[in-house]
Amino acid sequence: MTSESLREKYGEKLVALGENHKEIVVLDADLSSSTRTGMFGKKFPERFFNMGISEQSMVTAAAGLALSGKKAFVSTFAVFLTRTYEQIRQSVCYNNIDVKFVVTHPGITVGEDGATHQIIEDTGIMCGLPNMKVIVPADTVEVSSLMDYLVEKTRTPYYVRLSREKFPVVNQPDYSFKEGKNTVLRDGTDLTIFCNGAMVGHALNAAEELKHQAIDAAVINVSSMKPLDTQNIIKYAKSTGHILTAEEHSIYNGLGSRVAEVVSEEYPVTVVRIGMRDTFGKSGKSWELFDYFHMGIKDIVDAGVKCFLEEDKYETVS
Amino acid sequence: MDIYSGATGKPDNFSDDTLLKISRKAREYIIRMVYEAKSGHPGGSLSIIDILTYLYFNEMNVDPTNQNFEGRDRLIMSKGHASPALYTVLALRGFFPVELLMGFRKINSKLEGHVHRGVPGVETSTGSLGQGLGIGLGMALAAKLDSKSYRVFVILGDGEIEEGNIWETMMAASKYKTSNLIAVLDRNRVQLDDMTENVMPMGDISDKARSFGWDVMEFNGHDFRDIRKAFAFASQKREKPVFLIANTVKGKGVSYMENTSKYHGAPPANQEEFEKALKEIGATE
Repeated sequence: MTSESLREKYGEKLVALGENHKEIVVLDADLSSSTRTGMFGKKFPERFFNMGISEQSMVTAAAGLALSGKKAFVSTFAVFLTRTYEQIRQSVCYNNIDVKFVVTHPGITVGEDGATHQIIEDTGIMCGLPNMKVIVPADTVEVSSLMDYLVEKTRTPYYVRLSREKFPVVNQPDYSFKEGKNTVLRDGTDLTIFCNGAMVGHALNAAEELKHQAIDAAVINVSSMKPLDTQNIIKYAKSTGHILTAEEHSIYNGLGSRVAEVVSEEYPVTVVRIGMRDTFGKSGKSWELFDYFHMGIKDIVDAGVKCFLEEDKYETVS
Repeated sequence: MDIYSGATGKPDNFSDDTLLKISRKAREYIIRMVYEAKSGHPGGSLSIIDILTYLYFNEMNVDPTNQNFEGRDRLIMSKGHASPALYTVLALRGFFPVELLMGFRKINSKLEGHVHRGVPGVETSTGSLGQGLGIGLGMALAAKLDSKSYRVFVILGDGEIEEGNIWETMMAASKYKTSNLIAVLDRNRVQLDDMTENVMPMGDISDKARSFGWDVMEFNGHDFRDIRKAFAFASQKREKPVFLIANTVKGKGVSYMENTSKYHGAPPANQEEFEKALKEIGATE
C-alpha cells in the first residue's frame, strides 16, 4: 500500500473546489503551511483569512461569514481548535451554519512535538455537540470524495480529523464517501475490527497476521463517527460475535465507546478497545509511539486473539 | 402605538420626542416581560434601550416586511442577556407582534432567555459573552467580499470586554480595515457581581480601542441628540472600524435598579416594585 498525505490532498481539493465555488472562504490561525490551507490562500488571497494565533476570533469570524452565505473552512491543529469549544458550540453549532472544521496533527502521529500537541479526546468532544457531524478519513481517496460531498451537498457544521502523517491508500479509486455508512475493507467471519484514521492500515495488516492464526477478521472503516452506521455495527456483531475497536484516540470517549454503546443496547457481544487509555502522549517517532501505547499491529493481533477466545472477559479494564 | 405604526422600509427620521416615547414604551415592555417571566436581565436592557431604539427606528436599513433582504444592516446583540431590549425593539418595529413578548422565557415561546436566532429579525444567537464581535467581523468581511454596502452593528457589554475573544477580534478588524463594522459599548459600569472597576479595572477604554486601530467616539447613551451625533460620526467615510463608547446607566429609568448589580439578572422582586418601576418609567397602560 502506498502512503499519501491527507492534508496535502485537503489543500489541493480546496484549490480545485474554490475555482467554481466562490462561496468558499478559508480561515487559518498561523498554521497554513502545515494545514496546507496556504495553497488556497496563494490562489485566492481575497477569500483567505489568516487570523493570526487567535483561534477564538477565527471561529467567530467564520460563523459571521457563514451567517452571510459563505461556506467557511476553518483549519488549525486539532489541539488548538478545542480551545474554542465554546465558540464552536454557541456561534456555530447552535446557529447550525455552514462551517467546516478541518483539523490536522491530532493524536500520537504528531510524534516528536509530544504530549502538548497530541490531542486524543477531540472526536469525543465534537461528537457531543448537537448539529455537529464528525468524520475521520482513512486515506487521500476518502478525503477527496469527502471534500466534494462537503462542498456540494452540505450546509451544516462538520468536524474532519486529518493527520500529520501520510496514511496508506486503502480505498478503491472509485470510492465515494457516504455519510453514516461504514466501509467493509475486508470481510471476515470470526471477528470484526472497527477502526478509522491512522488505525485502518494497522488493522488491515493485523488481519493478515490473524489469518495465519486461523482467525478470519473483518476490517471496517468507520470514518463517519457521527452519524454512526449502527446497522452495519449490529450486523457484524451478529455475524462475527466478537468486536475489536482500534483508534488513534482515547478509548473513553471515542470510536470504541461509540461502538460499545451500540452493541450494548442492541446486541451485546465481547468488545475489546485499542487506543489511548486515559494517558497523555509523549515525544517519539510515530511507529515507536504506537508500540509504546500498545496500539501497534502486534497489539491488535494479540487483542484479536484474546477477543476471539474471549479471554479476560470478566477482567476489569483499568 | 400609532406613532410608529407603518414604519417599514427605510429608516425614518423621528424627532427626539418621538424616540423618547418609543423607548419609554420599550422600557415598559422590558419590565413587564421580566416580571411575567420571574427572571431575566432588566439592568443591562434598560441601559441599552435608548440606543437600540435609535438604531432600529432612525439609523438602520431594515425592513420588517422583507426581513431577510440581502442589503439590510445587521445588528448583533453580543451581550445576549439583554434579550428583553432587543426583542422589544424588534416587536415595536414590526418584526413580530408585541403580544408575543409576554411569552419570554416560556416553554412554548421562541423568545429564549438569551437572544435566539429563531426570533424574527435576530441575526445570530448570543448569550455566551465575547463572541458577537467576531461574528460581526465575519459579516463585515462577507459584505466587503460581495461588494455590499450594508453595515454591521455589534452591541457589547462593558463587563463583556473582559473576554479575550474581543481583543483578538479588535486586532483582526483593524488588519482587515472593516470600516463597515461598528461596535457600540454599553458602558454602564456594572456587571453581575459588582462594579466593573472592582471586578476588573478597565483603564482607559478609548485609548485601548484607539491603540488597537479603531476610530473611537464617546457619547451619552441616553441623550438622543448625542446618540444622533455618534452615529453620524460612525457613518462618515473612513478606513477603520468604529468603536463607540456609550456612557450609560445600568437600570436607567427605574430608580432602585440604577447603578447596582442587584438587578443585572433579577426582575422586580414583588408587585410593589413592579408597579413602582412602571410608574417611574411613565407606563401608559
